[in-house]
Amino acid sequence: MSEKKITTFVIVGIIAALVIAVFISPFASSFPDGLEKVAENFGFLEKAQNVVNDDIFLMPDYTFDVVSSPLWQGSLAGLFGVLIVAAVFGIIYLVYKAATRNKNG
Amino acid sequence: MHIPDGFVDLKTVITTSIFSAGGLGASIYRVKKIFKAKTIAIMGVLAALIFALQMINFSIPGGTSGHLLGGALSSIVVGPFGGSIILTVVLIVQALIFNDGGITALGANIFNMALIGVFSSYLIYYFIRKISKSKINFYIAIAVASWFSVVFASFFAALELGMSGTYAMGITLKAMILVHMVIGIGEAVITTAIIAFVDRIRPDLILTNERSL
Repeated sequence: MSEKKITTFVIVGIIAALVIAVFISPFASSFPDGLEKVAENFGFLEKAQNVVNDDIFLMPDYTFDVVSSPLWQGSLAGLFGVLIVAAVFGIIYLVYKAATRNKNG
Repeated sequence: MHIPDGFVDLKTVITTSIFSAGGLGASIYRVKKIFKAKTIAIMGVLAALIFALQMINFSIPGGTSGHLLGGALSSIVVGPFGGSIILTVVLIVQALIFNDGGITALGANIFNMALIGVFSSYLIYYFIRKISKSKINFYIAIAVASWFSVVFASFFAALELGMSGTYAMGITLKAMILVHMVIGIGEAVITTAIIAFVDRIRPDLILTNERSL
């Protein structure tokens, strides 16, 4: 596969992820998930305790609280989450590039 | 299925962390051999997509919801070693930035979703694919592998809760497996749809089509 085709795929893929995280996530079900439901039914949900202060999380519970609209809080949290995850692999790519360059040179 | 802090005790945290670190180390070692720019690009896009799709909870009967885990999606596209790294990155970002899944439970969550979910789905997919090369068998393999990956992951999540004494082992196991047998159907539908779509337009992106990884 040519470099150009990889680039096209990455752009399309990241845009798809952003669309899902920004525009579809507001429609997600707000029911508890399987584990939460089981914990709720058996009465051990309150055992869920953060070991660290809630303030250390940048966007706790997918809430970007710089904006006030709850709709945008979730969407923007999704947007930044996708970009952060993609950036991790961007860094891996740069490290890989640097490592292979050293090997060849 | 992200376990929060407080649901797993110290011995479970340590045990699952050791298993996860070992499994992840093996995955990094194996993936380095197949590392190419293309592999990293596909892994990055998959990780971004799985993160986004994990935000999309779908309702199931009984006032409960589920979302894609992506273990089967990632293992069938890039193989189990790359797949476990994809899921681990997603889980770490969720735990550290979004408070989704506890920080002390990270080892357990990585074990359940990034190792059990990924490797069980790959093994099931691999053996069903061996039966026949037909397209219909390809779709069946994806769907069955996806369903089992969720059920197996929920089994281990429940096992860890039971081990920790959070609630009675037998009851937790039964409840967790039953609810994830339903959520697993969603996993199977979404995963099969995505892989079938990619296989139609860009089969070269499904790396396990070319060789087993």
